Amino acid sequence: MAEKTFKVTSESGIHARPATTLVNQAGQFSSDITLDYNGKSVNLKSIMGVMSLGIQSGAEITIKAEGSDADEAIAALEDVMKKEGLGE
Amino acid sequence: MSEKISGIAASAGIAIAKAFVLQNPELTIEKKSIEDSSQEIERFQSALEKSKQELTVIKDKANEELGEDKAAIFAAHLLVLSDPELVDAVKQKIESEKVNAESAMNDVSSMFIDMFEQMDNEYMKERAADIRDVSKRVLAHLLDVQFATPASISEEVVILAEDLTPSDTAQLNRKFVKGFATDIGGRTSHSAIMSRSMEIPAVVGTKTITEKVENGVMIIIDGLDGQVIVDPTQDEIAAYQEKQQNYQQQKEEWAKLVNEKTFSSDNVQVELAANIGTPSDVKGVLENGAEGVGLYRTEFLYMGRDQLPTEEEQFKAYKEVLEKMEGKPVVIRTLDIGGDKELPYLNLPKELNPFLGFRAIRLCLEEQDIFRTQLRALLRASTHGNLKIMFPMIATLEEFRSAKSILLEEKEKLVKEGTEVSEDIEVGIMVEIPSTAVMADTFAKEVDFFSIGTNDLIQYTMAADRMNEQVSYLYQPYSPAILRLVKMVIDAAHKEGKWTGMCGEMAGDPIAIPILLGLGLDEFSMSATSVLPARSQIRGLSKEKISAHIDEILQMDTMKDVVDFVEKNFK
Repeated sequence: MAEKTFKVTSESGIHARPATTLVNQAGQFSSDITLDYNGKSVNLKSIMGVMSLGIQSGAEITIKAEGSDADEAIAALEDVMKKEGLGE
Repeated sequence: MSEKISGIAASAGIAIAKAFVLQNPELTIEKKSIEDSSQEIERFQSALEKSKQELTVIKDKANEELGEDKAAIFAAHLLVLSDPELVDAVKQKIESEKVNAESAMNDVSSMFIDMFEQMDNEYMKERAADIRDVSKRVLAHLLDVQFATPASISEEVVILAEDLTPSDTAQLNRKFVKGFATDIGGRTSHSAIMSRSMEIPAVVGTKTITEKVENGVMIIIDGLDGQVIVDPTQDEIAAYQEKQQNYQQQKEEWAKLVNEKTFSSDNVQVELAANIGTPSDVKGVLENGAEGVGLYRTEFLYMGRDQLPTEEEQFKAYKEVLEKMEGKPVVIRTLDIGGDKELPYLNLPKELNPFLGFRAIRLCLEEQDIFRTQLRALLRASTHGNLKIMFPMIATLEEFRSAKSILLEEKEKLVKEGTEVSEDIEVGIMVEIPSTAVMADTFAKEVDFFSIGTNDLIQYTMAADRMNEQVSYLYQPYSPAILRLVKMVIDAAHKEGKWTGMCGEMAGDPIAIPILLGLGLDEFSMSATSVLPARSQIRGLSKEKISAHIDEILQMDTMKDVVDFVEKNFK
């Protein structure tokens, strides 16, 4: 299992557009990937799951991956977080 | 047998094509028990696939025609269709409860819709509408009914709809959509304004068109006289083709005036400008021979997105407009949000009377970060052309003074940072609140110009909501009450050596133009497509002759008296 914690820096939190990119990326991997925020955990391959968290700027989120390509998944998602200006 | 339906002429021209009724079907979901759940899951899967294909086409089209920004929403819709939480839940329900795919899909999506609707964030609440949209599309495939998708239209049609929302119009393809007619709306409703900026014939406010017409029936839209002809005879089609040709010829006559200045028959010069919403509208402004931009509505930069535009984004847009106008005057109005224009991401509380509430300059003076960002972008762009800045919804002199001092503060900061800012930016106000019209003589000492916003000025003077059809008879642009206010503003400006423009629909109205010319209006700003007809009209009018009758007109009892007089004497 691999995991990484981020601090959301984008002003508007994680909304439709960046969430779309994030979910699309997660869908490329066979590992189970979850997003933990505020005590809740959702499937990161689910756009509605991610959006239902209503993640605001400044939030601390953790992405966890479990499966054969877990490490690659985390690396790729970290890349998206940074490129989209979502967080670090 | 053909039938004529009357409405309000919203955009000139004639369109003849088959009807496309843009109406999302009522979907009746029945819960049924099924035997073979794997077959039912297959049906569900195939409906998902069909929906995905449709949405991919829509997304690509939107990408091409509207840009990536507006297409992003469809990318999100596509993801909902492959959302494992949704798809797996539906499949599981079909399997464990032995129910049909329609009811399983409906139950699961309703649960998600409820969840989003209950969130206390406006932006999230709107996402419920997206999920509803997507699930309706899937349900329509399951029930085998056609789901209306304006972006998927690929033959020549006229669109008939109850009303067109901004997201509907965002999907319309000009190549195929020849015109449209709606049940509701007036000359200033969103759909009417859109039709003029898209330059397609339109009739709005027909009340019954979607009830009376079915898909595929031949339709004539007469946007000149506000008529819709359903199932026309061959003779009628021929007659309207001729009318269309005559209109084309007249347009060609007008086209000869593109590079002319605007003079009345007694050689008084006025300026004809155009109203725009985005930098891409400038093309139409120049093609239609406008002498400037009299109103750049900056709201569109802020709408249809999920966060505020940055200073850089705004700077680019303003610079583009200023450069393309090549030194011609460009009046840019600062953010006028609130009223009927909401920004979900600002999370503003719902108001009972939004038109009388926290909007435009009131909001900008309170939320100064938003205002200052816009002013900095404007100031930085000012060296790229002839910029004039205009504040909307000014009700008191204090508001103007506060707004102007914030502008000067930002200017000083920029200059200190070493950024170049133009030294001759005129700063003016919209006159759309009666208190400001009445106090125009005082304002005129401090502002550089006035621009009269007639849509709101009429609504506030008459205390009549312009969205409410039942009081639409009070929308009286030629009422002596309105004309007297307009006169006060123009006279006050001239006394201080300032100029007055008008940027509401009234400025391009053939009945109003003679009166406004007679009153001494300096600048008329209208839909770009109205500029040439207006120039042609003004060339035939004598300002001196009309001015001699102005006092008489202002003393008339009713709007009808005014209209009759103008039609009899100045047409």
